[in-house]
Amino acid sequence: MFSIRSMMAVTRRELNSYFATPVAAVFIVIFLALQGVLTFNLGNFFARDQADLAPFFSFIPWVFLLLVPAITMRLWAEERRLGTIELLLTLPLRQSEAVAGKFLAAWAFCAVALALTFPFWITVNVLGTPDNAVIACGYLGALLVAGAFLSVGAAMSAVTKNQVIAFVLALAVCFIFAVASYPLVTDFIARSSPDLATLARRISMNDRFLSFTRGEIELRDVIYFFSFIGFWLFLNSVIVEHRKAD
Amino acid sequence: MSALIEIAGLTKRFGAFTAVDNVSFDVARGEVLGFLGPNGAGKSTTMKMLAGFVTPTSGTARICGHDVRSHSVQARRELGYLPEGAPTYPEMSVLGFLQFCGRLRGFSGRELRERVDHAVALTTLGGVRLQPVETLSKGFKRRVGLAQALLHDPAVLVLDEPTDGLDPNQKHGVRELIRQMAPSKAIVISTHILEEVDAVCTRAIVIANGRIVADATPAELAKRHPSGKLDDVFRAMTAPKTAEAA
Repeated sequence: MFSIRSMMAVTRRELNSYFATPVAAVFIVIFLALQGVLTFNLGNFFARDQADLAPFFSFIPWVFLLLVPAITMRLWAEERRLGTIELLLTLPLRQSEAVAGKFLAAWAFCAVALALTFPFWITVNVLGTPDNAVIACGYLGALLVAGAFLSVGAAMSAVTKNQVIAFVLALAVCFIFAVASYPLVTDFIARSSPDLATLARRISMNDRFLSFTRGEIELRDVIYFFSFIGFWLFLNSVIVEHRKAD
Repeated sequence: MSALIEIAGLTKRFGAFTAVDNVSFDVARGEVLGFLGPNGAGKSTTMKMLAGFVTPTSGTARICGHDVRSHSVQARRELGYLPEGAPTYPEMSVLGFLQFCGRLRGFSGRELRERVDHAVALTTLGGVRLQPVETLSKGFKRRVGLAQALLHDPAVLVLDEPTDGLDPNQKHGVRELIRQMAPSKAIVISTHILEEVDAVCTRAIVIANGRIVADATPAELAKRHPSGKLDDVFRAMTAPKTAEAA
């Protein structure tokens, strides 16, 4: 039986540790600064003269791609380095509860960072009359992208006790899923195998996220994100079980 | 009454190296078992298998009748375990850390507070309860680990070098504590401090190269050498028999 209480105890500890160390402050400041610069300067937020957050959302997956592995790299690698993994996994706690608890903490933390972008939303509402339902869809999509990247990063962190390796592995794997549907990539793959190019388009995150930012929530996209997260969390449990004492 | 700890044919191989080789013993309530051996003899690996952290290559271990592999969570509920080096989360306060462990043990509200207070009192951590663990000295850290193992008043205590890094007064305190708890529990402590065996153990197992080479009371063990000293017995049993030693 999966215990929600045990999972929440892990989540609570993890969240506290973000805020007990400078990790939280650094992450949130860099995230907001990057999003600000990218949206207002590179994204032509004002010159476009349109009341929406399209420039804001178009950069978010790339900012997450860079910053999410920085949150997840410590999740398991640090437990392994400190030896606390032995303590954690000899408490009466299932692997799945520990894995889910850590993931939820990281996800909640990303949700906080995302919520702190509310000045963008206020700005666009002051300057015009945007479709706030579309903006809400965009935020939902952004949260799902963050969750997907986090699940990859958490699994990569379980592979090693070296945080730098965990960061690079997570970045590399997330990058593949982020760019898989780009014409540059699919055209290249299609040259050797068209079937593989179709597959690349299917597993890619970007197109699905873009439809969220247009205000289209499709069931298959939601299912994609949740099964993606589920798959990587499952993999995470398997890796932890297999390599816990290495 | 059956033994609280039952270990049968426990073996662990890492590749071609056999760390623990067919180790079997039982520990009944009221017994304090000293687990002795030189560094690298397989003490910690045996304890890690008993705690369910390392998966045995073959053999079984049971805690209060629960197999540590098939009924891992039930077994861990009955177990208080101090891992080697007493790992703790450095950024957490003593209180926060113990509350986290208590929550994972299923305590909440008033009961959690009482359990934590009791464990803090037993290990005399009252003066540092709000300090981050990373600011504490080695002896205090060890006692934090010990407090965590005692939180739920477990039937089985497995302590890997519980007095390592403590000053003589603290060592005395911990030994007194073990003696007090002994009648109601089955306790295993690993150590290479032989005076400790004399001081608290009712029985001693000597392990060398992964195998049990002696299993007797400390007094019986001491008689096996003409000098009557545990030191000499230990050396005769575990010293590598190489050409340079001759």
